Amino acid sequence: MDLIERALPFMGQAVLITLFLGISSFLIGSVIGLCVTLARLSVHRILRYLAIGYVSVVRGTPLLIQILLIYFGLPQLGLTIAPIPAAIAALSINGSAYLSENFRAGVLSVNRGQREAAHSLSMSYTQSLRRVIIPQAIRIAVPPVGSRFIAIMKDTSLASVITVFELTRLANMIGSATFRYMEMFLIVAFVYWLINAIFSAGQEVLERRLARPY
Amino acid sequence: MPAETAIRVEGLHKCFGQLEVLKGIDLAVTRGEVVVVMGASGSGKTTLLRCINFIEAPDRGRITVCATCIDCGSHGLRGRARAKQIRSICRQAAMVFQQFNLFPHKTALQNVIEAPMTVKGMSKADAIALGERLLDRVGLADKRDEYPSRLSGGQQQRVAIARALAMEPEVVLFDEPTSSLDPELHEEVLQTMRELARDGMTMVVVTHEVQFAKDVADRIVFMDGGVIVEEAPPAEFFTRPRHARARLFLRMVSGDGQADRPAEHRTATEGTVAEL
Repeated sequence: MDLIERALPFMGQAVLITLFLGISSFLIGSVIGLCVTLARLSVHRILRYLAIGYVSVVRGTPLLIQILLIYFGLPQLGLTIAPIPAAIAALSINGSAYLSENFRAGVLSVNRGQREAAHSLSMSYTQSLRRVIIPQAIRIAVPPVGSRFIAIMKDTSLASVITVFELTRLANMIGSATFRYMEMFLIVAFVYWLINAIFSAGQEVLERRLARPY
Repeated sequence: MPAETAIRVEGLHKCFGQLEVLKGIDLAVTRGEVVVVMGASGSGKTTLLRCINFIEAPDRGRITVCATCIDCGSHGLRGRARAKQIRSICRQAAMVFQQFNLFPHKTALQNVIEAPMTVKGMSKADAIALGERLLDRVGLADKRDEYPSRLSGGQQQRVAIARALAMEPEVVLFDEPTSSLDPELHEEVLQTMRELARDGMTMVVVTHEVQFAKDVADRIVFMDGGVIVEEAPPAEFFTRPRHARARLFLRMVSGDGQADRPAEHRTATEGTVAEL
């Protein structure tokens, strides 16, 4: 099919950009999310309230608005960001809010006795978090974090509205040139599914490895 | 303070919300002494133990463990300095919990060597040597590479004892160490504790195990309603308790069933009718 001939050369590049957007946003979002979680669980009230406010605003507003704010809105304040960094910024911030709640759920799920045991062995707060709490929290957090990763992967399609050349934009461009929208969008939907299926399989392996001591 | 006093508790008060659980506790534990704390549930005995190593923060009072003295309430240090003081107390006083609280993601040996390496900065080789020695002491040398989920309750508690000993504490606090165990597993843990006592460790044990107390305790501390009601050596406490509430408690614990009947109908066991 001439459609495939047209699309194929660009498909590889689009897939790479989609993967790049998704993975980097997830990683940066995780780092931000971890900081937000620590703030949320802090003894200092101000940090806690800031974290609660951050999560509420970021989760409560549409991702598309966040992308458009960063790409179209910020230049009005003098800060112009290129499409790909803008998309990553928006996806990271958006992901961080959800991820921080996932990490918090993981930490809260570790029973109090673990913190007490670490305390009784005179471990500091940081030491107990690093050596006792977080390793156990990770296991609980993997399923919801995995879900969020897949959601971020799919959310990369919104980057198409700010001219990023990823899978959805490719499908749209070729679809509108050939009027074969159905085929293009189905092909691209399949590629998204394939990416997510591979990562889900990876998550399954990770879950099994983490469950071994238990 | 004499060098042989391992723990001194002065004027300890603790409330949980509206409920006053400790109403002024004064207690001194000498080095090498084994003190068994007994009392009905709600008497405050577990809270007392947990206040000594600051798992619960006392409202008022003074806690002294070996060289470290902490003044609770409005005076005294705050923030990081206070946290450092508390850690210093925890270095001297290790705790064994009712629910074991082993780290499930680490093997028995890793559980034992975790604190010496992380807190004291001990080298891995030294820590492993120490850990193996301690696991051998509690009779679990062959279980060093097992995860807690593979161990029986009694074995887990013995690993917990080894883990507590790994920090080379001056005192070990036991919070009802056998209460979560099936009865047939009590003895292996109690035997380990007896050996520890025989080796001269200072121990404060909250427990219902009367036989253990009779065998090993230097002193019984009986609590009721948030205060210490009676303190006596086991020989005296179990045969001639002076306080009425201690007598009632012993009747219930020894299980002669008479506690269920009204006072007038009870047969006099020690020659006196209980003044209840």
